[in-house]
Order: sequence, then C-alpha cells, then structure tokens
Amino acid sequence: MTVTSVEQDLDRLTLTLTAEFDAPVERVWQLWADPRQLERWWGPPTYPATVEEHDLTPGGNVTYFMTGPEGDKHYGWWRVTAVNPPESLEFIDGFADADGKPSEDLPTTTVQVRLIANAGGTRMELRSTYDSREQMEQVLGMGVVEGLRQSVGQIDALLAE
Amino acid sequence: MVVSNLQDRALNDLFHALSDATRRDILRRAITGELSVSRLAEAYPMSFAAVQKHVAVLERAGLITKQRRGREQLVRTDLAAVRRARQALDELEATWRGRVERMSELLPGPRSGKQPKGGNRR
Repeated sequence: MTVTSVEQDLDRLTLTLTAEFDAPVERVWQLWADPRQLERWWGPPTYPATVEEHDLTPGGNVTYFMTGPEGDKHYGWWRVTAVNPPESLEFIDGFADADGKPSEDLPTTTVQVRLIANAGGTRMELRSTYDSREQMEQVLGMGVVEGLRQSVGQIDALLAE
Repeated sequence: MVVSNLQDRALNDLFHALSDATRRDILRRAITGELSVSRLAEAYPMSFAAVQKHVAVLERAGLITKQRRGREQLVRTDLAAVRRARQALDELEATWRGRVERMSELLPGPRSGKQPKGGNRR
C-alpha cells in the first residue's frame, strides 16, 4: 500500500497525506533532490514537468514548466523555506506567468515533507496547505510558517447543516 | 493544474475569506439568512465597523449574499461557495495521490495492495 492515510482539514485548508515506500530514506529523498527524478513524477503524464532551476537550500528556488498535449507551457516555482537532507523539506509552491513572474491571482500552497525510516522502508508525511494572501506575504517575507487559525471544524460543521 | 476548473482570482479571495476564525463563525450564524449585519455584530466583542468589514470580505468572496428586507439588510451564507473550498482540497488530494503513485513507480521493490479510495475528512 502506498498512500496509507489522507486527511482534509477545511478550516486550515490543509491536506495531510502519509505514504509508505519500499525504499530507504536516502533513495526517496533523491526523488525530491534530483531534478531529473523530480520531473518524472511532479507533473501528470499528460503534463510532464521540465525542471530548470533546482536549488534546495533555504531561500533557494526551484523553477519548472509543464508541457501540455498542445505544446502549451505552464510555469511553476517553489521557494524553499527549510531543508534538512534527507529528512525534511518545506517550500511554497506557486504558479508563474511565461516570464517566470509569480502569479498573484493563483493561490500558493505551503508544502511540508518529512521522510522517516520505517521497517526497512520510508514513511513520507506530507502536508499541503492553501495559503491566504496574508500568509503568503508573511511566509515570503519572513521565511516562517505561522498558523493563525484557532477553532477547528467550523467549515465542516457548516456543510453538515 | 490543481485549480484548473476554478476561477483563479475567486479562489484566492475565497481562501482569504476563510482564513479568519471570526469570518468562519459569521458564515455559521448567517446560514439561516435571518440576521441583519447589526444583529450579527452583537455577537462579537468588536465594533460594528469591524464586523461590517468581515462581512464585506465574505461578500466579495461570494460566501455571503445580502438581501434588503424593509429597513434591514439580511445576510445569508452561500453554501455553494463554501463547497468550492472543499472542491479545491479534493483537487489537491487528487494531485498528490497521482504524484505519490508516480513516485512509488520510480522506486524499486515489490508493492502490494491498492490505494485506499477516499480520505478521512475532519
């Protein structure tokens, strides 16, 4: 089993996913750290990714584009906020225009990845959170991810009514 | 990709509106559509103007509609807009499930079982 748990938190606009891989931590880390491997899984088969810049250091950038069936190109970027090879990585994930300028219209997500050795394999814990504009500015400005949210489950309660 | 079938700017406004606990609470209270902004404001330890501002943010994001009844303006939560946030998370989940699947295909070694369908929601 690859994906072992998935949880959505609507108040926090967060997806939490756990996956198990039959490979050591160092090997799974390479899927993130080697741009040639990254581009083999980041985009779906119909939109393969080509990674251009790939600097996994705090404040570093990863830039890429995905090529669609019509040859259409879609640009994206990461801003690395924390990295501790081969165990953890944290970055802001956003879209860009054709010049690589970050899109102000599309939301960014903050992605946190942890790789943990587990029974000869690797457990990957991943959190992906849609950022609000304030958070995005805060994150990009200070390099800190700080949750501002309080009560849990408000939106879920709403949809249940 | 992740947000392909949603209107981009609208989605950003939606996330912004939902990022505040007071605004989420307003959505809960406004679900019946029977409250005016002034009645709503009585529920919070903040000025009328501050509550009005929150309502304006929610209205801009399409999460709340206002209706005039006599001299009052009633606010009502638009649940379809709230559901768009859920949809955005569903898309994020589908995106990452696809990525994890492709990651495991790149790794050597046997894999067993199938991916579980659907996630646990909180």
